[in-house]
Amino acid sequence: MNLFTSTVGRKILMAVTGLLLIGFITVHLLGNLSIFWGADAINAYAKHLHDLGLLVWVFRLVMLCLFAIHITFGVQLYLENRAANSEDYAIQKTLVTTFSAKTMVFTGLIILAFLLYHLLHFTVQVTNPAISATNLPLVDGHLDVFSMVVLSFQKVFIAVIYIVALIALFLHLSHGLQSWVQTLGWSTGPSQDKVTAVGKILAIVYGLAYIAIPLFILARIVK
Amino acid sequence: MNLTLHVWRQKGPQDKGKLVTYPAPNVDSDMSFLEMLDEINDELIRKGEDPIAFDHDCREGICGMCSQVVNGRPHGHQERTTVCQLHMRQFNDGDEIFVEPWRAKAFPIQKDLIVDRSSMDVIMQAGGYVSCHTGGVPDGNTFPIPKKVADYAMDAAECIGCGACIAACPNSSAMLFTSAKVAQLAALPQGKPEARKRVQAMTKALLDEGFGNCTNHYECEAACPKGISVKFIAKLNREYLKSMIPSSTAEPV
Amino acid sequence: MILDGKAPTGPIETSWDRHRFDMKLVNPSNKRKYKILVVGTGLAGGAAAASLGELGYNVEAFCYQDSPRRAHSIGAQGGINAAKNYPSDGDSIYRLFYDTVKGGDFRSREADVWRLAQVSNNIIDQCVAQGVPFARDYAGYLDNRSFGGAQVSRTFYARGQTGQQLLLGAYSALSRQIKNGSVKMFARREMLDLVVVDGVAKGITCRNLLTGEIESYWGDAVILASGGYVNVFYLSTNAMGSSVTAIWKATKKGAYMANPCYTQIHPTCIPVHGTHQSKLTLMSESLRNDGRIWVPKDAANCEKHPNDIPDEDRDYYLERKYPSFGNLAPRDISSRSAKEACDDGRGVGDGKRGVYLDFAAAIKRVGQKTIEERYGNLFEMYEKITDENGYERPMRIYPAPHYNMGGLWVDYECQSNIPGLFVLGEANFSVHGANRLGASALMQGLADGYFVIPYTIAPYLASLKNPGAVKEDHPEFKKSAEEVEAQMDRLLSIKGKKTVMDIHRELGHVMWENVGMARSKESLEEALKRIPEIRDEFWNNVNVPGESKSINQQLENAWRLADFLEFAEMMTYDALNREESCGGHFRVEHQTDEGEAMRDDENFTYVAAWEFKGVGNKPELHKEPLKFENIKLAVRSYK
Repeated sequence: MNLFTSTVGRKILMAVTGLLLIGFITVHLLGNLSIFWGADAINAYAKHLHDLGLLVWVFRLVMLCLFAIHITFGVQLYLENRAANSEDYAIQKTLVTTFSAKTMVFTGLIILAFLLYHLLHFTVQVTNPAISATNLPLVDGHLDVFSMVVLSFQKVFIAVIYIVALIALFLHLSHGLQSWVQTLGWSTGPSQDKVTAVGKILAIVYGLAYIAIPLFILARIVK
Repeated sequence: MNLTLHVWRQKGPQDKGKLVTYPAPNVDSDMSFLEMLDEINDELIRKGEDPIAFDHDCREGICGMCSQVVNGRPHGHQERTTVCQLHMRQFNDGDEIFVEPWRAKAFPIQKDLIVDRSSMDVIMQAGGYVSCHTGGVPDGNTFPIPKKVADYAMDAAECIGCGACIAACPNSSAMLFTSAKVAQLAALPQGKPEARKRVQAMTKALLDEGFGNCTNHYECEAACPKGISVKFIAKLNREYLKSMIPSSTAEPV
Repeated sequence: MILDGKAPTGPIETSWDRHRFDMKLVNPSNKRKYKILVVGTGLAGGAAAASLGELGYNVEAFCYQDSPRRAHSIGAQGGINAAKNYPSDGDSIYRLFYDTVKGGDFRSREADVWRLAQVSNNIIDQCVAQGVPFARDYAGYLDNRSFGGAQVSRTFYARGQTGQQLLLGAYSALSRQIKNGSVKMFARREMLDLVVVDGVAKGITCRNLLTGEIESYWGDAVILASGGYVNVFYLSTNAMGSSVTAIWKATKKGAYMANPCYTQIHPTCIPVHGTHQSKLTLMSESLRNDGRIWVPKDAANCEKHPNDIPDEDRDYYLERKYPSFGNLAPRDISSRSAKEACDDGRGVGDGKRGVYLDFAAAIKRVGQKTIEERYGNLFEMYEKITDENGYERPMRIYPAPHYNMGGLWVDYECQSNIPGLFVLGEANFSVHGANRLGASALMQGLADGYFVIPYTIAPYLASLKNPGAVKEDHPEFKKSAEEVEAQMDRLLSIKGKKTVMDIHRELGHVMWENVGMARSKESLEEALKRIPEIRDEFWNNVNVPGESKSINQQLENAWRLADFLEFAEMMTYDALNREESCGGHFRVEHQTDEGEAMRDDENFTYVAAWEFKGVGNKPELHKEPLKFENIKLAVRSYK
């Protein structure tokens, strides 16, 4: 089908899957921010998710598909574009493009690597079994997600991994959060400048909010 | 003024090229960039050397034949200017100037600064037209076209097909070039019947010819000597989306 | 010899319709048996190739540029005429016909002009259907502007890029046929010989500009639409690659060159600056709709800043001399008036070869924004080239060679005296007489390509007994290729001291000074003395570097110049022969006391068609008498 092979079709797929993934990280962020309301808040949130049962698996499957499409085509487009270029100019100059636009595939792959680590760390809980929720004492009969998170981010090594990955996420979003408007054909020229500005501000908001979690714990502001 | 030029020299499509340095003494600021190259060539011929080959024709910024990347920018640094209209008063005494051909896989270098751009013709042949016959068409005023629409179509139609957008694109994509034609014809009532087929066929040709994909860097718009806006790429995307909606009355794509 | 243009007789209003009916047709299923070669892909060639391909003929099209979209028709800015009479200001086919014949100073064939005026309306419809974004008014209808030599608004336009938009329309139609396989496109090929077999055009010899290979192509008919030759003046508004080569090669094979001395000097070009200039840039004549042309009354004021010269010290010479047409006087008259003012010592700018084109009054009247909307791109271009702002200070303009009304002789069916050789657009001589009106070149190119040749080629093809009988293996093709190859080798072997550009500049100087805007017996004889000298110098002292079997742009320039050096002589002979002043041809001996051109209808109401008689020999003159049955011969007056 054209959607999966054509240049615009795949671009649209990138935008749509990207948008849905932004939806995911939005919900994920809102949930995680409950950590600032204390252990009870985040533990309740975790329990709530856990209780969804089968729905969790449906959700995970959808996420897997979205990631698969977004990553597969992202890498494919990158390889095609690289093949379309011939040798470099002696003087390479760009005027309007951004660092984030030029590094989408790399920030994307960093995010992928991080995602795998993140799943192993908090979902499968094999990287630091000693402080995993399954091995921590239950609180009111529920898993103590709060302690797992806090104990993790108190380790500089883990916190740094998260912060670096979240910077990559910020860069990725600062292109992605506005680029989709153009890709879906909603830009009318001058309007894209405003969209771009809003997109960048949003990317900063996402970036700061996410980084706040490991940073505040590392700084012992959240304990 | 006195300048130093570093010009890409390449004997043929299969040969390896390199930058060669030429002094350009006593350059008159009223000269165009190509007239400056003419003078250098004149000197090379007198010395019995091979002059620099470069494409050019109308020298008034409309035919789209000239194609040089000057100091890393297609057509040089002056905005909305083809290299034939770039004048030496835009440079300063003592400047070093790098002159290179368009670089993209779909633009194989033929000699020095001359590249083969027939891939752009192929994109046009894929659907850059209204399939009307010669003769047998209605009176030009049969369908009023709002001024705004006519102006929009004209904005897109100003593309001179030089390829600067592709030379500037980090992905060597021909999307701005393609979109200008798609948008022009999709905006006009005459072009609507074939709009679905056109956008699909032209974007397919773009990829088949070895151009890259558009990832919204917008370098094309910045390099375009005619200021073609990337809003036409948005329009192309919109047209593409529309073309994917099944319809019983539209032409199959 | 007296030539017959085969124009239909009888009432002019029905001449084309009757002729169309009388012509033989080619059966649709037989069309594919014929192969037609089209040289040049501008408005005429592009439109012809597309239309003929669509009809079902096998078409092969050739251009020297890297793409058919770059032909120099693209440079035309102002617009295209048509007798639509949308503004209801009194236009009609008859008036367009009348204006064109009169504008051409009664030196064109009436029937051809009528046909042009008649099909002009179809052109607009055709282009609109193709998606050409003509300017529209707020109601959505097609907009018109006025042009020189007409008192009605009949010019359709697409900003300042009408030629570009029309050409891209023709290019799109051509692209469609290339995709369909009915037209095969050969870009970066230059025609270097016409192959004539038993007196009939049967093919061409080309050089592949990328590989240097000499290639032969056969066809049952050959169409030349190779544009103009005013680069014979070196500095002109033509593209760098525009040349006389294709039509000159045909002339050398026996085709007649008609009225080569009719060249048009366009009044609104950017003046020459410096000594290194390679070409001149035109600004659309439409500027004269709103701009007022003047020079200081007193030569002493020429060095002053124009804005410091009060109105009463300015000479708005066109308004003064031609009150009813004013700044919109026809091109030949405007150009000559500018030359007169400068010859009078009242020119402005570099070398005092310039006059002012002033928009101050128009800006005051309609506001800068409106002027920007109308001509913004021209002001921008002017500023890029001259570094001056045309809104704040009057532009400086000066006439420059721009177009040729002369070209290969053709009959009513666009066929030259060589059977099978058809000539379209600027390359033929037919409709513009001695002077072309603004916005009529685009009209002619498209008329010939879309609406004339598809009909008029049929009777010739239908008369062929064995289409495709002569192919590339015919000995004439081999002979032609060998001759071209030999010429390349000869050019490359001279290895003299001067570059092609040096010699082209010399030729241009001689032609501009002696065969330019004002010609005299003495100046023309001087040119006839100088041209052979320059030609000898060329063949003995030119330095063409490089080799023949690769891209060699100097070699390309060299063969084009070699042809100009031969053609220039024929052009000068024609100017010398025509002992009258008409349109673009001004002989100083023939003028009124007021300095207006004086025609000699009794002795020169004919087309001068010249037969090549060998390099350096005087060509032989053949005449086609012109009859004016519908429009009375009159002194052209624009007062």
